[in-house]
Amino acid sequence: MKFTSLLASAAMALGLATGAVAEDKTKVGFVYVGPVGDGGWTYEHDKGRQAVEKHFGDKVETVYVESVPEGPDAERVMTQMALEGADLIFTTSFGYMDPTINVAKKFPNVKFEHATGYKTAPNVSVYSARFYEGRAVQGTIAGRMTKSNIIGYIGSYPIPEVIRGINSAYIHAKKVNPDVQFKIVWAYTWFDPAKEADAAKVLIEQGADVILQHTDSTAPQAAAQEAGNVITFGQASDMSEYAPLPRVSSIIDNWAPYYIARTQAVMDGTWESVNTWHGIKEGMVEIGEISEAVPADVKAEALALKDAIASGEYHPFTGPLNKQDGSPWLAEGEVADDGTLAGMNFYVEGLEGEIPQ
Amino acid sequence: MIVLEKRPQPSKAWSYATPLVAVVATMVFGGLLFAILGKNPVEAIGTIFWEPLFGEFSFYYRPQLLVKGAPLVLIAIGLSLGFRAGIWNIGAEGQYIMGAIFGAGVGLAFYPLDAWYVFPLMVIAGAFGGWIWAMIPAFLKVRFGTNEILVSLMLVYVAEQFLASVSLGLLKNPEGFGFPGSRNLQSYDAAHNAELIAGSGMHWGVVAAFVSVIFAYVLLNRHMLGFHIRLTGEAPRAAKFAGVNPPRLILFCLGVSGALAGLAGMFEVSGPSGVVSIDFNVGYGFTAIIVAFLGRLHPIGILLAGGLMALTYIGGEIAQSQLGLPAAAIQVFQGMLLFFLLAFDLLTNYRIRAARSEVA
Repeated sequence: MKFTSLLASAAMALGLATGAVAEDKTKVGFVYVGPVGDGGWTYEHDKGRQAVEKHFGDKVETVYVESVPEGPDAERVMTQMALEGADLIFTTSFGYMDPTINVAKKFPNVKFEHATGYKTAPNVSVYSARFYEGRAVQGTIAGRMTKSNIIGYIGSYPIPEVIRGINSAYIHAKKVNPDVQFKIVWAYTWFDPAKEADAAKVLIEQGADVILQHTDSTAPQAAAQEAGNVITFGQASDMSEYAPLPRVSSIIDNWAPYYIARTQAVMDGTWESVNTWHGIKEGMVEIGEISEAVPADVKAEALALKDAIASGEYHPFTGPLNKQDGSPWLAEGEVADDGTLAGMNFYVEGLEGEIPQ
Repeated sequence: MIVLEKRPQPSKAWSYATPLVAVVATMVFGGLLFAILGKNPVEAIGTIFWEPLFGEFSFYYRPQLLVKGAPLVLIAIGLSLGFRAGIWNIGAEGQYIMGAIFGAGVGLAFYPLDAWYVFPLMVIAGAFGGWIWAMIPAFLKVRFGTNEILVSLMLVYVAEQFLASVSLGLLKNPEGFGFPGSRNLQSYDAAHNAELIAGSGMHWGVVAAFVSVIFAYVLLNRHMLGFHIRLTGEAPRAAKFAGVNPPRLILFCLGVSGALAGLAGMFEVSGPSGVVSIDFNVGYGFTAIIVAFLGRLHPIGILLAGGLMALTYIGGEIAQSQLGLPAAAIQVFQGMLLFFLLAFDLLTNYRIRAARSEVA
């Protein structure tokens, strides 16, 4: 307890000190799980950071630490940022959840924003994007484009976010192509080019001519390019350097508007703890340019689906849908609620294999 | 022309001086690297080495040095015993993981029982987990003559798969909404490896690290077994005549290093980390190899090397956020340390002499 109050008072003293020196410079910290040059997840978060700098100019100072392992190291990095006077800290990986909560307890005056988690506190918000909406568009293109009817999927970890993506892609691929089959490989990493390339090669050898990935590097794109006649989708970032082939489209995470809005809220003193889950409609999920390798009718179909999702007219998880074991999940016309989606730990009917336990 | 001449005896002076020379060379070339990246080298080096110890927030960083250094020292002490005898346990990372799984597993099995004996049982289980994992390469080497370097290293990857499996299944937090990872042991008092004095960073793992240093020092200098370990490494033939039993020595060295790595994992999972998760291990088992060599395989040296390594980690993070240095530059900086150490080690065994070129 003594330590807590010591830290808190130090932070407060520093807060006062910086307040006196630089009147209204808001300091925003970012903790990244990968390198800023990963070309995917962390790259997009860092673009969000740069957007904050650009938007606010002199009124803001941003700092970041990259490749921070999840666990005690993350806790230390966050504490360090808070000690050095950060007003707002974005922690951008699921595994930072408990460290974020721990540090937030010690610094009640610093605001924290944790990506993709579920634990909140008076000074901790959580935010995530409805990536599954993009997966629906991806699944549609994949189902139409595959010739072997085998779609390969590189999963990172079998957690709800990833399972949701697999289900969404499968449902929509199946809708346009009833013969489609998914092969899923678990890489157990968010970022490891060597492992991701291996996974892509294994899937291609098994006959997949479409590769979807839920990992962050461009290695699967390179593997597909080398193999030829295999298409891919950019993940988290546009990965347009691989367009028009193998990359035919992408899901882009656009964090910039959210980061700017939250920084503004801290400046205005209106920040409060929220649980944000934005999708295509709000612009947090974007669909990257569909390349000319995709026939015009398929492109039109994909874009129509995107528009229907954006307008709220269509939800990617709409019944009738059964679970993998055949038990009913959603009745005709019924839409999945956010609670079920957030904790999704089952495959929908038709997917083969088991979720690793 | 410069030639290398083998010294008749390894130079004692150089063997003590090389770590210091290596640190200085790392600072010089690291500074050069930082300068090329457009940062003020003096400021960068100063931030890495000065800030954590004497900077404005050193009250927070100093305890963190203990937290970061303790597992490194604990593992490196165990490894150094084997390394001295020419027994190469490269798989401490795996033993660290297994120690954490066994230790946390026992703790979680008792949840939510609040009894004094939970934590001691976890300690025993953690040591056992690391020990049994190290016994696999030890047994295979003794029985079939397999190479312990390969077997212990490969078992790291097996342990990682094990870790992923229990994080997703056996030890998964039932109240975790389907997300992987165990309950947080920090909020289970009977199993929590808390700081002994709040704010000091001193948890049981740090105590264990200091005890292991003393234990290793006494073993190597005052005990017959320690003499056998040193003899086997320095003069294998003489060791044979002195009655050293190689299989027993292999089992002992791998067993101790495994148990200590297991303890390190157990103390980490029940303390600073709190949860068994897929990404629980962050490379302490591999970094400890550097620490062991940087410390000249000497217990006191390892203690200092562990502290230095922890310093570069924590200082490196500060330099990243304050000066915007990329993480890769910090990793290169750490790599330089081992590189220069090995390079200057040459001077322990060789003398550099200028030879007249026309002789060739």
